[in-house]
Amino acid sequence: MKTPFVAAVRAIVSKDLRAEWRSRELVSAMALFSLLTVLVFSFALELDKSAREAVISGVLWVSLIFASLLGFNRSLSLEHDQGSLDALLLAPVSRSALFVGKLLGNFTFTMLVALMLLPLMTALYGVNLLDGWALLTTVVGVFGFSAIGTLLATLAVQTRSREALLPIALLPVCLPFLLTAVRATKGILGGAPQSEWQVWLQLLATITSIYMVLCLLLYRFVLEE
Amino acid sequence: MSRRGLIEVKQLHKHFAWVPALRGLDFVVQRGECALLLGANGSGKSTLLRLLCGLSRASSGSIRIGGWLLPEEAPAVRAQIGLLAHRPLLYANLTARENLDFFAALYNIAPAERTRRRDDLLQQVGLAARADGLVRDFSRGMQQRLSLARALLHQPDLLLLDEPYTGLDEAGCAILDGLLAAASAGGCTIIMSTHQLERMPSMVDRALILSDGSLVYAGQANKDLAALVRQATNSA
Amino acid sequence: MTQLKSDSPLVASPQPRLLRALTMLTALGFAGCLVLGLLVAGTDIQQGQVQRIFYIHMPAFFGAFTAFGATVLGGLVYLWRGSEAWDRIALAGVEVGLAFALINLLTGAIWARPIWNTWWTWDPRLTSAAVMCLTYAAYLMLRAGIENPGRRRSLMSVYGIFAFVSVLLTLFIIRIVPDTIHPVIVGASPQNAQGSFEATSGVLLALLPSMILWLTVMPITLMWHRYRLALRQEAVDALKLKALGG
Repeated sequence: MKTPFVAAVRAIVSKDLRAEWRSRELVSAMALFSLLTVLVFSFALELDKSAREAVISGVLWVSLIFASLLGFNRSLSLEHDQGSLDALLLAPVSRSALFVGKLLGNFTFTMLVALMLLPLMTALYGVNLLDGWALLTTVVGVFGFSAIGTLLATLAVQTRSREALLPIALLPVCLPFLLTAVRATKGILGGAPQSEWQVWLQLLATITSIYMVLCLLLYRFVLEE
Repeated sequence: MSRRGLIEVKQLHKHFAWVPALRGLDFVVQRGECALLLGANGSGKSTLLRLLCGLSRASSGSIRIGGWLLPEEAPAVRAQIGLLAHRPLLYANLTARENLDFFAALYNIAPAERTRRRDDLLQQVGLAARADGLVRDFSRGMQQRLSLARALLHQPDLLLLDEPYTGLDEAGCAILDGLLAAASAGGCTIIMSTHQLERMPSMVDRALILSDGSLVYAGQANKDLAALVRQATNSA
Repeated sequence: MTQLKSDSPLVASPQPRLLRALTMLTALGFAGCLVLGLLVAGTDIQQGQVQRIFYIHMPAFFGAFTAFGATVLGGLVYLWRGSEAWDRIALAGVEVGLAFALINLLTGAIWARPIWNTWWTWDPRLTSAAVMCLTYAAYLMLRAGIENPGRRRSLMSVYGIFAFVSVLLTLFIIRIVPDTIHPVIVGASPQNAQGSFEATSGVLLALLPSMILWLTVMPITLMWHRYRLALRQEAVDALKLKALGG
């Protein structure tokens, strides 16, 4: 009697996208926040065209992760406040389908912000972030921390001071993504030979896969009593 | 399976952080019955309903629905349970129609059937004219009616309602009574918690009365519910 | 004052013999390791006396490793079997492990002052060790923020499993990020490591017993005591509620 996995995922994703299309509150807040972060970093670190690739890739990833914190919190708060998380749990849908559904929504929103930041930072700092490999690194990295972010946001909305706790819970666990993604992006931006930074991209993909498997296995324990 | 009750609850205990909410409930509800769940605020009605739909885990004791153990075997019965909870369980940024379409997809109702049922229900709860209005603009009563439509959408065999009359005006109450009567006539088992003692739908045949987490009465519901509750609670 | 009945949960059940033996072993072993490290092992030619802190610094990290590992195990078994005992083990692991991790950081800073000429530097391994401490501090904060005990146990089991990532990161970061100045004792140190010394037989003589003690007996003993404390805390909570008319 279970609803097929793909049908359930599709229903959840299209629901999230439709609601977001109507209100635009998530992506616009995330985009604005990430822009501000980039600007704040530019002022604080006095970044300009001569800024080093390491700093620029660091700013890119930190801005993305900060913006995603905002988005994940909101996305899961929306489910929690109206009690609709209960409605999802009542439906004959596997818990991993709920996870993948919410993950794909969160991933899409964060990717939209990334796709805005990449050309912007390319223009601001005179580096080429629109390179195919840089894009691939972004997709893999964003997917990875969206997975763990979706799980931890589901956990955090059930705590007393939820808005405050998601960053505390997520940032330390996100560190492997930050570390590898920044290294890979830096190598790509610096025009280093592929053999030098490829290993970082591979590591990033490995960590993403491991997190994804763990999240799929553990998500139901975050939802159910 | 038809010999046994649809719902069988045995020695059900639930406590939150050592505070007992339910203290050893035992009861059976037969298929097709309509039972009222009565008792003062905090007597454990909502807790019991959450347990019966598998959203919460008992501290000890067992719940079986159609022979399946909850919540471990809940996936087998989820599709047959409909819940109308305290909160509307709807998406504020979607229209009434989109909300129903989403839940229909989650319950894997065939697309053609989906449209028909959605339109019928919107008609029945009196929201057909507002089908494309956003839920966040709805009044409490309208949200409650849409929630009812959501709970009935997948034609559940077991309907659990937590204070369904909340926020409904006279017309809304009449709609609710009508839909419940129709569901009951169609063989649906109904358990409904309520404070509206003067309002007893015609199909109600049983009353379960909770007092401070214990079941103090389980039997025939008679016309004078208020007296029944008073009597049962005092004698406990 | 009312006399507590002997069957009251507030009267501690007597310590099991094994626990008493372990406690003794921890105390004696700790003293013995100090003697080995401070007196028996030879003074390092380059670093002098300060090198001796290493006999606590590295074992403390491995003590934290064991304790945090117990949190992962406790979390997994709790999710699988749903028995509260394993959740108490997980919590005990976090608290004991955090204490060990802080000892590790502190001794590291004391060592770095004369050798690197600074208390702290943003070296990858130092950073990840600090992040590890913060991760488990976050665990304790999250745990305090969840009211429903059933939810708290399963949510924290999940977080305890993910938090271990920070431990693995600290352990392996030297292999992934080679630009660290932190020395590696086992295996080859990174090129630019500052303050390396050789693991001679004298060093190993003092290090091995200390490692074994901190890796096994000490965290297990402390966690056992913490576990018993958790039991009594729960009993007190239950009594409080009873007194409040529950």
